[in-house]
Amino acid sequence: MTTVTKIKKGFDIKLIGEAEKTIKDLVTDQFAIKPTDFIGVFPKMLVKEGDLVKAGTPLFKDKYRDNIVFAAQVSGKVKEIKRGAKRVLLEIKIEADGKDEAIDFKAEDPKSLDREKVIKKLLDSGIWPFIRQRPYSVIANPADKPKAIFISTFDTAPLAPDYDLIVHGHGEEFQTGINALSKLTEGKIHLNIDANATHSKVFTNSKGVEINQFSGPHPTGNVGVQINKIDPINKGEVIWYLYPQDVLAIGRLFLTGKFDATRVIALTGSEVLRPAYYKTKIGAAITPLIKGNVSAAEKRFISGNVLTGTKIDLDSYLGFYHSQVTVIPEGNYYELFGWALPGLNKLSVSRSFPSFLFKNKKYRLDTNYHGGERAYVMTGEFEKVFPFDIYPMQLIKAIIVEDIDLMENLGIYEVDEEDFALCEVIDTSKTNIQEIVRKGLDLMRKEMS
Amino acid sequence: MKALREFVDKQKPHFEKGGRFEKLHATFEAFETFLFVPNTVTHSGAHIRDAIDMKRTMIIVVLALIPPLLFGIWNVGYQHFLSNSMAPDFWPMVGFGLLKVLPVIVVSYVTGLAIEFAFAQSRGHEVNEGFLVSGMLIPLVMPPDVPLWMVAVATAFAVVIGKEVFGGTGMNILNPALTARAFLFFAYPSEMSGDRVWIAEKADAYSGATPLGHLLVLDADNLPSMWSMFSGTIPGSIGETSTIAILIGAIILIATGVGSFRIMASVVAGGLAMGLLFNLWGANAYMDIPAYQHLIMGGFAFGTVYMATDPVSASQTNRGKLYYGFLIGFIAVLIRVFNPAYPEGMMLAILLMNVFASLIDHYVLQSNINKRLKRAKAVTA
Repeated sequence: MTTVTKIKKGFDIKLIGEAEKTIKDLVTDQFAIKPTDFIGVFPKMLVKEGDLVKAGTPLFKDKYRDNIVFAAQVSGKVKEIKRGAKRVLLEIKIEADGKDEAIDFKAEDPKSLDREKVIKKLLDSGIWPFIRQRPYSVIANPADKPKAIFISTFDTAPLAPDYDLIVHGHGEEFQTGINALSKLTEGKIHLNIDANATHSKVFTNSKGVEINQFSGPHPTGNVGVQINKIDPINKGEVIWYLYPQDVLAIGRLFLTGKFDATRVIALTGSEVLRPAYYKTKIGAAITPLIKGNVSAAEKRFISGNVLTGTKIDLDSYLGFYHSQVTVIPEGNYYELFGWALPGLNKLSVSRSFPSFLFKNKKYRLDTNYHGGERAYVMTGEFEKVFPFDIYPMQLIKAIIVEDIDLMENLGIYEVDEEDFALCEVIDTSKTNIQEIVRKGLDLMRKEMS
Repeated sequence: MKALREFVDKQKPHFEKGGRFEKLHATFEAFETFLFVPNTVTHSGAHIRDAIDMKRTMIIVVLALIPPLLFGIWNVGYQHFLSNSMAPDFWPMVGFGLLKVLPVIVVSYVTGLAIEFAFAQSRGHEVNEGFLVSGMLIPLVMPPDVPLWMVAVATAFAVVIGKEVFGGTGMNILNPALTARAFLFFAYPSEMSGDRVWIAEKADAYSGATPLGHLLVLDADNLPSMWSMFSGTIPGSIGETSTIAILIGAIILIATGVGSFRIMASVVAGGLAMGLLFNLWGANAYMDIPAYQHLIMGGFAFGTVYMATDPVSASQTNRGKLYYGFLIGFIAVLIRVFNPAYPEGMMLAILLMNVFASLIDHYVLQSNINKRLKRAKAVTA
């Protein structure tokens, strides 16, 4: 296919601190799995503190879908099971023993297996949680028959990792992963590439997929946008989606028989002294990354990108789905007449600050709200950064008043909170739109089940 | 700056829960955030936020209102001395204008903000910035000689009935500034229409009719020149006479993206369309005036740029804005030419379309919904 889907609406936020394109090894023996990374999962523990685990040992399962298990990513000892308020499971910490032992799930060629066997292997090995579904962005239900599987091979979020670099040299793993996925759907596997930036042969030479080309600003890289343009979700339909590194992990499972949680992450952000790529495993502690490598300012550590990532502490761990750590300054300061000054170092998508004149300037942005929360007054702003055939403001208001029918009619099945991240950034009224959208999605999921 | 911050920080506990002036929290917050952008940081969702906020937005609108305001101040003086057959220098005219206009502005702001603060206090939410704009719009659509108590009553009516009863800023159906004007227009017609009120302390012998006043009696011969109407050296409400000054404001609003270009353009298109239709018909002198002349007479330009574009009372969908704007222009000219009781149709056209704005949005949304349902049906079929 040579047609390029051009997306005009959106905005690329340019920040200081892009990762240098070299991959270093990150040495750490501290890892964790955070059950809070999985939306809608009620974790039921399968191990105790002090237990010895191998890579692939089930740590906990979902109480309501107990064939979905979550496995240890390294061999070692369960060091701590950390709970928060109301005994919510926060972190299952594992201290690696460095032996890299793993449970053997048997190396097999996925082409020779049927759908049930592929699913069983993915479930048993704890790799299944990589596969998520739209609507709702929850872990896919193995009993569903998705109408298609989507893989976005590029990320347009600020300072996002370059998947071309990450998958370089892993063509066999990627193709094996695709072969396994192709057993899961009767529909197509859509491999979506950036028409201008994706050059990796790993992606462009993939077999058994439909390659779709996209070009445009963020959120073009969001799988939600790509689904909307290629095969929009109707009520009752399900689409599964993964990130490229998840496909690699699936490929490695079938090639080696092991749960190999290797992951390359980008350390980015204006406060990082030497931003670069690091090879580690899922859920690695970020402390060794950060130590001696950040500025002296008060900082915000984010697992993920600045738009959708999770705020974490310095001694915390990488999120399950994240391939990026971002460090930006905190914005807890007062600014005298900040709303009236010209604001040369401030970024605004609107033209009320001079930033729109300097399209290529990179910014050092902090976490300040730059204003107080207000009622919705301005209109027509969200539409500029929201490339769906959906009325964003009206959908947000439908969610706020919990009008189920209206939410459904206005297209809530087609969106995810991350698709609204830019709306949240530019909102003059400073509301937390992603939180609102998440509430709406949770409400719909409850209604529909 | 540091000393000021320290002073504010010292006072702050008194206004917080349990403090001596707990009840005045909203007031304190309003003043504090006026001085300082707060230090609150993001906790969920996007970690970075755009620099724009409501204060920035509203201050840009106020900035865009400055050209018509300055011109209005001068013109009030100019018209006064002209009607009295005097021709003083520039500054006495401005001085006279200031004497007339400033009190109106002060009364409008003081009345409106007092009510806004009281409501914010009693409801326990922040003071919204919207009235910074409304408080400036109200004086600019008043005749120069309007009694100050009327301004106060009209402002109070607009804020309470026009806005707060619906839940406050962002929830109102009608444009508050126009609600104030409409209130006076229907409650005190003698002070708000006719040939007498458009020039401050006018000499009795002088006509003082506005262009619309002339046309109302089908007198197209005594109209001021096109240039006078375009530049604004004619009698009228304080801020609406000069199309040039309003255009400068329009440029500010469009360049910053704060005012909707869609709405402005479609209002102009609607006005021209109706004007051209009347040209074709040509039954009387009013119908025969060139269509573009409607744009520079009366409150058409002012309403287009500052009133129709109010995001809260206008249609909210991009497509809806086009219909909404077009109908405003269309109906405004229709009322002007057809209805002898209302020489100016702009105010009524905007208020009418304010009421219909949500209906327009409803149909725009419905077409989006239908498209989605149709797609779903095609799949299941």
